[in-house]
Amino acid sequence: MAKLNQSTSVAFSKIYSIGAARGDLTVTNDDIAGPINSSDEWITQRTGIITRKRASKDRSLMDMAVEASNEAIKKAGIQPSEIEAVIFSTITHPYQTPSAAALLAELIGANPAPAFDISAACAGYCYGIAQADSLVRSGTAKYVLVVGGEKLSDFIDPTDRSISFLLGDGAGAAIVGPSDTPGISKSVWGSDGSKWEAVGMTGSLLDFRDGTGAWPTLVQEGQTVFRWAVWEMVKVAKQALEVAGVKAEDLNAIVMHQANERIIDEMAKQLALPDHVVVAKDIKTSGNTSAASIPLAMHALLEQGQIKSGDLALQIGFGAGLAFGAQVVVVP
Amino acid sequence: MALSAAEVLAGLAEIVTDETGIATDVIALDKSFTDDLDIDSISMMTIVVNAEDKFNVKIPDEEVKNLLTVGDAVNYITKAQG
Repeated sequence: MAKLNQSTSVAFSKIYSIGAARGDLTVTNDDIAGPINSSDEWITQRTGIITRKRASKDRSLMDMAVEASNEAIKKAGIQPSEIEAVIFSTITHPYQTPSAAALLAELIGANPAPAFDISAACAGYCYGIAQADSLVRSGTAKYVLVVGGEKLSDFIDPTDRSISFLLGDGAGAAIVGPSDTPGISKSVWGSDGSKWEAVGMTGSLLDFRDGTGAWPTLVQEGQTVFRWAVWEMVKVAKQALEVAGVKAEDLNAIVMHQANERIIDEMAKQLALPDHVVVAKDIKTSGNTSAASIPLAMHALLEQGQIKSGDLALQIGFGAGLAFGAQVVVVP
Repeated sequence: MALSAAEVLAGLAEIVTDETGIATDVIALDKSFTDDLDIDSISMMTIVVNAEDKFNVKIPDEEVKNLLTVGDAVNYITKAQG
């Protein structure tokens, strides 16, 4: 039998850089409270959101993804042609096919890298990092571009009181590559399809095609999602720390999916995080941007000087699927 | 050992006070969580999960929306103790 070669593995991986792009419109609570019969006070108290960023008609999901990717590539100090895989985590690319990733790869100069989308909602970025870590350490790809990007405003019913008012638009991008020292812990990730109906769309495209349903928009069973997000994700966070071999006090920051400030605060309380651990709260001005929320929040912490390169951060994403993913990373 | 309704009310009132800061003596059986105590659906869920732990019962998500008053919750928990 002929001898088969497999890829040569690499010991460690790390995130080299993060890029960010948000919607161009700043949408206040007053702007959206009318159709949901609510108020600025109610929305701020219940969710922590003061404004959310949404993209106008002229600013597409791809525009934001390209902008974030170009920033990440520049900051990583690599050429786009060195990218050996492009992963785009999104639920708002409005085509069954071709993938958002294939177009993104072309637009940023990474063609002919393998390119694919991940549909894992708010766990999408952490799923992407888990995948990139594996590709790099298995020797399958040297540099991997991971983008978490959404234009959720394309799929919102402004009269929906369950989720619409939380949502925003944006894209975050990370370059993952080989490292001399550990930079990404083993991912703790999974799904729970028994709660498939807890958060998702009001109907399928087939319902829309056949005239039996309206344009599908986002909707959730808020209490079910809250209970799962807090009590189950705290267990996942603890497991991620244990697997990474770090304690809560070793962290410099925790970057949770920016679902709702109440979820973030309750999780932080249950994890008993020491005061020095910065809790990302980008949701207050960016809103909940699903797959984009973690890279946007980490980028914001870096820009604000609340964390620095070399710090340790726990990132944890969770949402529709239900799906979840977490890893401890060295901040780029 | 199953607690009496009065004991469940006392225990539940403690949980509600911890979560919301509302004085324990205001938390009476006839009070509506939303209308009288101004407790929103997220705080309600935290109260429910803490009550499950305290009383060793299960309160499924679909039951939570039926617990409109403190009395509804006390009745449910008292019965669920079996």
